[in-house]
Amino acid sequence: MAQDDHSGTELAAADSSLAAQEFAGSTGTAVIPHDAFENPGFEPHRPRVTDEDAGREKRAQRTVYTLFYLSILGSVWAIAAYMLFPIESNDVGAVRLNNMFIGLGVTLALLGIGFGAVHWGKTLMTSAESIDVRHPIGGSEATQQGAVEVFRQADEESGFSRRTVIRNSLIGALLVFPLPAVVLFRGLAPQDQIPVELLSHTMWAKGTRLALDPSGVPIRAADVTIGSAFHVIPEGLVDLEHGRLEEKAKAAVLLMRLDPSELNEAPDRESWSYDGIVAYSKICTHVGCPVALYEQHTHHLLCPCHQSQFDVANHCEVIFGPAKRPLPQLPIAVDDEGYLIAQSDFTEPVGPSFWERH
Amino acid sequence: MSTATTRSTTPAKRSFTAGASEYINDRTGLAVAIKGLGRKAFPDHWSFLLGEVALFSFIVVLVSGTFLTFFFQASMAEVHYEGSYVPLKGVEMSVAMASTLDISFDIRGGLFVRQMHHWAALLFVAAIGLHMLRVFFTGAFRKPREINWVFGFTLFILAMAEGFTGYSLPDDLLSGNGLRIIDGMVKGIPLIGTWTSFLIFGGEFPGTDIVGRLYTLHILLLPALVVALIAVHVGYVFIHKHTQFAGPGREPTNSVGPPILPIYAAKAGGFLFLIWGVIALIAALFTINPIWNYGPYDPSPVSAGTQPDWYIGFADGALRLIPPGWEFVWLDRTWSFNILVPLIAIGIFIVLVLIYPFIEAWIKGDKREHHIADRPRNAPTRTAIGAAGVTFYAGLWAAASSDILATHFSLTMEGVIHALQATVIVGPFIAYFITKRVCLALQKKDREIVLHGYESGRIVKLPGGEFIEVHQPLDEYERWRLVSYESYQPLMIRPNARGKITVGQRVRAGFSRWFFEDRIAPVSKGELESGHDGHH
Amino acid sequence: MTRTKRRAGRRHPLATVALLALGLVFTGGAYAALSSGTVAQAEIDPNSQQTIEEGKKLFQANCATCHGLEAQGTANGPSLIGVGAASVDFQVGTGRMPMQMQGPQAQEKPVQFTDDQVKQLAYYVASLGPGPDIPADHLVNGGGDAANGAELFRINCAMCHNVAGAGGALTEGKFAPPLTDVSGVHIYEAMVTGPQNMPVFNDLNITPEDKRDVITYLKYLQDNRSPGGFELGSLGPVAEGLFIWIFGLGAIVAITVWITAKSN
Repeated sequence: MAQDDHSGTELAAADSSLAAQEFAGSTGTAVIPHDAFENPGFEPHRPRVTDEDAGREKRAQRTVYTLFYLSILGSVWAIAAYMLFPIESNDVGAVRLNNMFIGLGVTLALLGIGFGAVHWGKTLMTSAESIDVRHPIGGSEATQQGAVEVFRQADEESGFSRRTVIRNSLIGALLVFPLPAVVLFRGLAPQDQIPVELLSHTMWAKGTRLALDPSGVPIRAADVTIGSAFHVIPEGLVDLEHGRLEEKAKAAVLLMRLDPSELNEAPDRESWSYDGIVAYSKICTHVGCPVALYEQHTHHLLCPCHQSQFDVANHCEVIFGPAKRPLPQLPIAVDDEGYLIAQSDFTEPVGPSFWERH
Repeated sequence: MSTATTRSTTPAKRSFTAGASEYINDRTGLAVAIKGLGRKAFPDHWSFLLGEVALFSFIVVLVSGTFLTFFFQASMAEVHYEGSYVPLKGVEMSVAMASTLDISFDIRGGLFVRQMHHWAALLFVAAIGLHMLRVFFTGAFRKPREINWVFGFTLFILAMAEGFTGYSLPDDLLSGNGLRIIDGMVKGIPLIGTWTSFLIFGGEFPGTDIVGRLYTLHILLLPALVVALIAVHVGYVFIHKHTQFAGPGREPTNSVGPPILPIYAAKAGGFLFLIWGVIALIAALFTINPIWNYGPYDPSPVSAGTQPDWYIGFADGALRLIPPGWEFVWLDRTWSFNILVPLIAIGIFIVLVLIYPFIEAWIKGDKREHHIADRPRNAPTRTAIGAAGVTFYAGLWAAASSDILATHFSLTMEGVIHALQATVIVGPFIAYFITKRVCLALQKKDREIVLHGYESGRIVKLPGGEFIEVHQPLDEYERWRLVSYESYQPLMIRPNARGKITVGQRVRAGFSRWFFEDRIAPVSKGELESGHDGHH
Repeated sequence: MTRTKRRAGRRHPLATVALLALGLVFTGGAYAALSSGTVAQAEIDPNSQQTIEEGKKLFQANCATCHGLEAQGTANGPSLIGVGAASVDFQVGTGRMPMQMQGPQAQEKPVQFTDDQVKQLAYYVASLGPGPDIPADHLVNGGGDAANGAELFRINCAMCHNVAGAGGALTEGKFAPPLTDVSGVHIYEAMVTGPQNMPVFNDLNITPEDKRDVITYLKYLQDNRSPGGFELGSLGPVAEGLFIWIFGLGAIVAITVWITAKSN
């Protein structure tokens, strides 16, 4: 083992010189004691009972082949279970039995082989250990020199370091050639759309009726009793041919009716509600989970994903959790027939924050 | 190339196996490899098998996953479900969801394979985690294994990516909300976030592309990378030969253990089947990811207790722990620190873990190869740093289940979040301190045992009337296990050749002092001899 | 580390087989032991003067302290005029009322009254003002469309009660209870009355037929064990992760110890 002159000193010196870095075996700040114990060498080999007792050896042998036979039994059982436990009817109980019995058969087949093989190795195969000699990973000095020589020769024959213009132009070409591939990835999303514009608008527009999720039946103001929570989509969403989920992901709204006396409304938003009925975006301003856990007495809205809490009585301001912005409010009114309608789209982008939002 | 098989002089007596192996060897030259590797020693310790757990559960993932690809259809086209599960009949859902339900309810044994695949995936990542902890705490990442640590850690990240992409494929409500969270996180990244999300989802969230794209990653790109890296990682285990714990006869220059053929092969081969069997047993008896309960993805509903699979939990937990208000509009742009801080914190944590071997090597300046695994107590600062890291990770991880902790322990979720915020910030320091003290105490105990032997419990009265307890001295083999470790000293700063002390030197000396100032050296021969004089 | 694992070598391999057999019997048995409880309908005439008189006596003895002698409400409890028979049947019939102590929310506990007494109380309160009635049997017997019910459940209920009805956390220590053993009548009554912090789902939001479908779905979940095996509490990935770490990896670590232990 390599020792250097740091050993024995109270504090090891920084290997400051170049020589120390070149010395591959530097011990760094390791302390090499002068009178360390010597390795006592291997302990005497201890035979196993199966090495000494022929009866035990026989028994181990029996155990091993029994396990292998059990494995065969398990495989056969799994095949039988495939046929004995069909799942043709609309019965989940049948699926449960099919899953369990095929599974247990396969389990037996696998564990039988596994326990058998390990038991064989542990009790019947020779228990002597072998000893490998380790060699330095870097190889011998001669090998390393040989590798260096190969590179040197290759460099000389190609002129890689000599012909710098060729070399540098090659490096340049290699750096630029992947760029077209990067550009190609623009095609991952439609060419004619800009995300910020899409994120800024939803399906809600002046006069769009509020409808029940999922049926799409419009809601009358009179239907919404105090303490109610209605899960709302814009009327017409269910009839969309394309982009239904994308529109729903922005337009989902929760409609609640509070006692108007409990609602603290800012003066400029008093006209956004109707007789204690308020509509807020259901999409969390944190990372976009649906916020729909409404507590009718505390007026708290909770997001189940990251526990942001919003106070419906105070324009859905954040009272706990990682979200920053209040849930956007949908201004609502009532049309001639008594149905709830939107006064306009949301006045700000709904859902999670994004860079261009301001 | 010479063949190593013995050519029999009497062809009539040659067995079929001998003939077959000669035939193969003459065309492949495998004998060279078998002769070289067949009797290699593989050191034996239970914790050395944890990497194999990861490898074998990956094999189970690969085999079961291949079966699933024959039935799964990665399409987001809408269909009305017409399969066997009554509560979803007629419900509109994507083809991906419908085909996953068909695997579960209409293909015999399909649910079993699906559950095996998912359970094996959870086990795969967990086994990598435990294996990494073993490697860290025994210092098995030291020279020459630093780069293999990096490969291994990269595999851990790839395994998480594999897991997350797979979790998202069925297009059910739970995984859909998971993707929604990913979308929200990506959008929170400055400058590129909005466009990145737009490109990932092929337009607005959720779009109709994401499942197909994740499928390509899940069954093509990521598995190819994992398989390639596993090959390199395991290849280096062969090149480096496995580390071993200190013990009689075990030297830094040898490797002692059962030979690969036959014992190790029997045990490891059997172990593959045992792991597979355990996974099969779990899959036969325990439900995992019941997508039939979750239903198809729809942006409006969500389930209480929406969580990612365990290995993504730490990231989800990090999001939950951010206090309100960490988002600002500045320069007309939105800065979402409620998303950036978790991302950056996790990023720093990952980088630190990734480069830890190089940091420790730089501090020690030790350029020798290390093949003897450390006992964790003999590297107290490293062990304490590891404990701090585990506490940090565990705090984030627990935060991902804050709601479930609240309901199951009758706590408030606000209380749970506040307690975990404290845990993540203060916990690592407490864990560091306690672990370091425990390690030092254990080292002292080892010294006591070497110097004075074990307490035998036998009380003897001396002629003078004094009572003493007889201590049983150690035999030389046991003593060797306790004294054969290396200790390091703090670095003392010395000027370099030009008479200057560089900043790098000062920093290194600072780290070195932090690492090694509480140093307990192993007992030396001299100490034992002089120690015997004054004691019993 | 000086490990001596003599014991591991002695484990009989057949133990595994026995364990497997045990597992088989156990799961099979558990599967067979499906039970479905039905709610007994009391034979109480809702309109008879006698019922209301009995209910009034019970009310004044057990409820009036908080809700007032005429159910007009006090500082400690809300007015019950107009809450309807459904509300009383739910609150008293699930043991939430009478309340044991003030807390974040009233806890379920053993029911304090007989079925007849609960009905008498309910009809007494119903006589004070119009409110939701106890639902008719055909709405709560689970004879509806489970698929429609499941969809409505996911949209209106799952965010609090979990998709599998396993319950979930609310703010400040409140929680949405599990629905795994709640009767159809009580589920219906909870929807129409909105007990505690639960919002009201009136008949114009979720029609009585839709409510019947939701109950049908929940009954389906109650009556059919998960096809995949034990549900681990239906808590999702948290339970699955803990299971694989503790039992999956635990079992495998035990196996690694056995494999590497020296055979005796």
